[in-house]
This record gives sequence, C-alpha cells and structure tokens, in this order.
Amino acid sequence: MDFVAVTAERKLDARKLRADFPIFEQEVRGKPLAYLDSAVSAHKPRQVLDKLRNFYETSYANVHRGVYTLSEVATAEYEGARDKIARFINAPASRELIFTHGATESINLVAYAWGLDNLGPGDVVVVTELEHHSNFVPWQYIAKRTGATFTAIPLDEHGELRLDALGEIEQAGNVKVVANNLVSNALGTINPVEKLSAWAHERGAIMVVDAAQAAPHHAIDVQELGCDFLAFSSHKMCGPTSVGALWGRAELLEAMSPFNLGGHMIRSVKLEETTWGQIPFKFEAGTQPIAEAVGFGAAVDYLTDIGIGAIEDHERELLVYALEKLAEVPGLTAYGPAPERRAGIVSFNLEGVHPHDVAQILDMEGVAIRAGHHCCQPLMAKLGVAATNRASFYLYTIPEEIDRLADGLHKAHKLLA
Amino acid sequence: MSEFDQLYREVILDHYKNPRGHGLIEDADAEAEGQNPLCGDEVSIYVAFGEDGDTIDEVKFSGRGCAISQAATSMLTELVQGRTAQEVATLPRDDLLDEIGIPLTPVRLKCALLGLSTLKLALHKAKGTPLPEEWAGASSDLDLK
Ligand SMILES: Cc1ncc(COP(=O)(O)O)c(C=O)c1O
Repeated sequence: MDFVAVTAERKLDARKLRADFPIFEQEVRGKPLAYLDSAVSAHKPRQVLDKLRNFYETSYANVHRGVYTLSEVATAEYEGARDKIARFINAPASRELIFTHGATESINLVAYAWGLDNLGPGDVVVVTELEHHSNFVPWQYIAKRTGATFTAIPLDEHGELRLDALGEIEQAGNVKVVANNLVSNALGTINPVEKLSAWAHERGAIMVVDAAQAAPHHAIDVQELGCDFLAFSSHKMCGPTSVGALWGRAELLEAMSPFNLGGHMIRSVKLEETTWGQIPFKFEAGTQPIAEAVGFGAAVDYLTDIGIGAIEDHERELLVYALEKLAEVPGLTAYGPAPERRAGIVSFNLEGVHPHDVAQILDMEGVAIRAGHHCCQPLMAKLGVAATNRASFYLYTIPEEIDRLADGLHKAHKLLA
Repeated sequence: MSEFDQLYREVILDHYKNPRGHGLIEDADAEAEGQNPLCGDEVSIYVAFGEDGDTIDEVKFSGRGCAISQAATSMLTELVQGRTAQEVATLPRDDLLDEIGIPLTPVRLKCALLGLSTLKLALHKAKGTPLPEEWAGASSDLDLK
C-alpha cells in the first residue's frame, strides 16, 4: 500500500502514452500523423492488441458451450471482461451488462425489444435534436410502427437543449421513453441526463442514455445518472471494433422480449414453444464477438489505469488551448458550450470554405479531422449549416497537433476564403 | 506541382469562385434535387430546352458544396450546353472527370459527380431517359412525378 496522499488524480503524460500506440509510428504524406478524429473511433494501444493475440493464441474457444478446459478458460475471460465493464459504469450487477456489437445495436435492442411491446397510440417518445442518428432513427421508426408520437426536445441556435420546452412536449400525450446522449459527438456538450432521468421517471417513462461518446472521456455511474438503459461502444474507448455494451435495469431486461433469436439465448426449445434463458444470455443469441469482448475488457483496464478523470482533465486543457488557437483564425466560427460542460471536441466552420476542402487541405498536412454532418442532420439544420469540421482529442493528443491544425486552417483561409 | 496545387489548380479555383450557371431557372423544363449523404450537401439542377424541346439551351444550379463539387457542376453547365437530353443522359462520367482533370479519391469523386447525376435525374423525370446507376433502388424515395 502506498501512503502518499493523493488529492487529485495523477496528470497523464500524453507523450509517454503515445508510445503505446503503434499507429503513431507511421507518417502520412511524409508527416507524422496528427489524428484529431478520436470521437469517431480511437486508436488501439499495445496492451489491447497483445491481449487479443494472446487470447487467440492461448485461451480461445467458444464460450458457455464446452465441458472441456479450454472452453472454461475462454468463458472465464469473457465473463471477466463483462465484470470489468459493468464495474466501469458502476452497474449494480454484471448480469445487467449485455454484450452487443456496439452502441447502435444496443439502442436498437431497446427500441425493438422494449418499444414494440410497450408503445402504442397516445404514447410519446422523446429524443433531442442533438442526437446521433443512432439514437434518433430507431426511435422514430419504432414510434411510427407502434403508432406512438415521436418528438424531439428542440435546441436553441447555440445547440443547447431547450428544457423549457418539456412542458409543451408533455402535452402531446403519455411520455413513455426519453432518449438522450450523455455527451454529444457533434458539439461535445455534456448533457443534463440526471435531470432528464428524473423528469422521465416522474412521468413513468424510461430513460435511455447513449453514452457512446461519454464512456471514453467522462466517468459514468449509472446509479447516479438514474437512467434505465445505457449504450456504448468499445472502439471509441481504445478497444476492438464490433463489440459494445448495453446496460439495463434487471427488472426491465427480465420483463422484455428477446431481440435476436437463436442459439444460446434459450432455456428450452420444443416444437410448440421456446422459453428464454436468463439475462444477460437472453440477449446474446449466437456466437458473440468473444475475443473482441475480451479486448474490450483490456481497453477498460487500460483506461482505468490511466484514470478517466485524468483523461477528462487532459482533454479539457487541450480544448481550452485549441479554442484559443482557433480564435486567431480569420473567419472561423466555433460551435458548442463552455469548456467546463464539454468533452474534447471542437466543431467549427471557416467562412467561405467548405468543410470538405478544409479537411482535404489538412490531410495534405498529415492532420486528420472529420468534415460532415457527424450523423446529426437535425442539429446541422438548427445551426443553419450542412456540415461542420470537427477536431476531437483523446488521451494521446498533444498540443503540437493542435498547432498543426491551426496552421492548416490559416492556410485554408488564405487559399480558399 | 505539389499535390495541393494539383487538386486546387487554377481552373478549379476559378470555377469555384466564379461559378458559371449559378442560379435558378423559373419554370424550368426539367429539374431535380440531389444530396450527398456523406456531407449533407444539396444541389438543385434546372434545365431549359431549346425550341426543338430536346436540345439543352441552358443549365443552372443552386445549392451548397465544396470547391470540387461546385467547380465540377459549374464546368458541367458548360459541357452539356447544346447537347440533346439523350446524349447527356448517356454522357460517360469520364467526360466530366477529364474536364476536371485532377486526381480524386472515392469520397471526392462523389462530390465531383453530384451535379452530373442530379442532371441525369432531372432528364429522367422530364424525358424518361435512363435513370443513372447511382439512383437505382432509391427510386421509391424519389419524387418521380
Ligand atoms: C453519440 C454517439 N452515439 C452513437 C454512436 C454510434 O456508435 P457505433 O457506431 O459504435 O454503434 C456514435 C458513434 O459515432 C456516437 O458518437
């Protein structure tokens, strides 16, 4: 035990952490890669890559199937990953943590399995105009199929949720679902999920949280958030692609119909009738992304060792620095809230220069940013633009990359504005 | 020439900054709207035919887009002037790409071809010329009146 008093979390050393990421050993267009697109997907450290390789080489078998030792070893690894990931979001029980293929599938699972049985005419499904399409389109579609009313909490012209509109929304009928992201992928806004959870519960509705963008950067405690479901993806958290998680309250999951049907999710199958297995297996039909789930567990270990608080502090420092540097670029408009309420994401436009051209010019400098609508067309409409540029930071981002971003923007302005 | 100078060569920048055929045609003989789902850009194309009702007299476009898409659509309005609907409906995309004359990645290719595919859609709606491949399967969503 170490008795040195630690008041704040350790600061992270991004330069040192970069050495964990083989991808940064390469050059792009003759320049070191400046990867400012972690909000769309994060790179993978050796610790995760080694875990994947090691698992395949020493412990791989299908899980929950074999009586033989190897299958038991694989199952223990898979279930161990579930335990770690459940602890990471302070879930009351591991069996409430379902492996999926990612946040999108997690949200679809709730929309179909809960929505089809619980929604109907007179009911209201509430999302927000700030949602990623993956927490918007499934709800819009299931509402249409069940005859429920679909509505969105509007944004003001700064992209802030207009909670003053809730009173009006309530008039539309019986509010049954509220779905919101904890952190916006387009603006970085940290949204008031606790408040919305309380509002939803006062009306007997369930609260569904899209934490795809929060989980990599911001400590999550599902009990504090007071939500009923929470969805996230491994690949944005330094883990493998094609795996993610859905956390849900046990009593809701137990009452729900299954989503995918097939092997492994059953209790017994007869010609006349099939009965479902227990949670979480009821929702894990077929062979799962086993190694990916184990790698996801290793990614959660990696983030936990660094400390989510330290990651958040690092990103906020970069954000403040980036906003200063970007303010010096002529014709630049930055969107999004104050740094205190925001993850490491900067969305902006350069007057007279289309985001595609900005991203292209930056790519020639080896700087990778995103240009587009970020799967948030309702938000873009509110901001009155078709697309924005987005630079996003992570634990391995260093200030020099932001300097190169700013230099590239000055160049784009000079050439095209 | 640096890669940058190649991509944003003088003629592209000229068409981008001074687009030909930018604007609307009231009571156009053919028109259509196209979207680039990658970036949300939209372009509307308007066509006026000459007295024979088949030769393209004028093409105009409106909407927003990047330098590549705006320049390509601007060049397109010049390229198709005086051709028949049928000729344009079957115009190989390489004819336009040669005109643009810069190396394009698959993503930027979509930008460059948005105007042409929207023009072909407009002609399809007005004249029943073949629907370009990129609209196949999307037709149930299109307003093909
Ligand atoms: C806020 C938000 N929600 C959901 C998703 C979807 O995640 P995935 O594509 O991993 O399913 C993303 C990814 O871009 C996101 O940023």
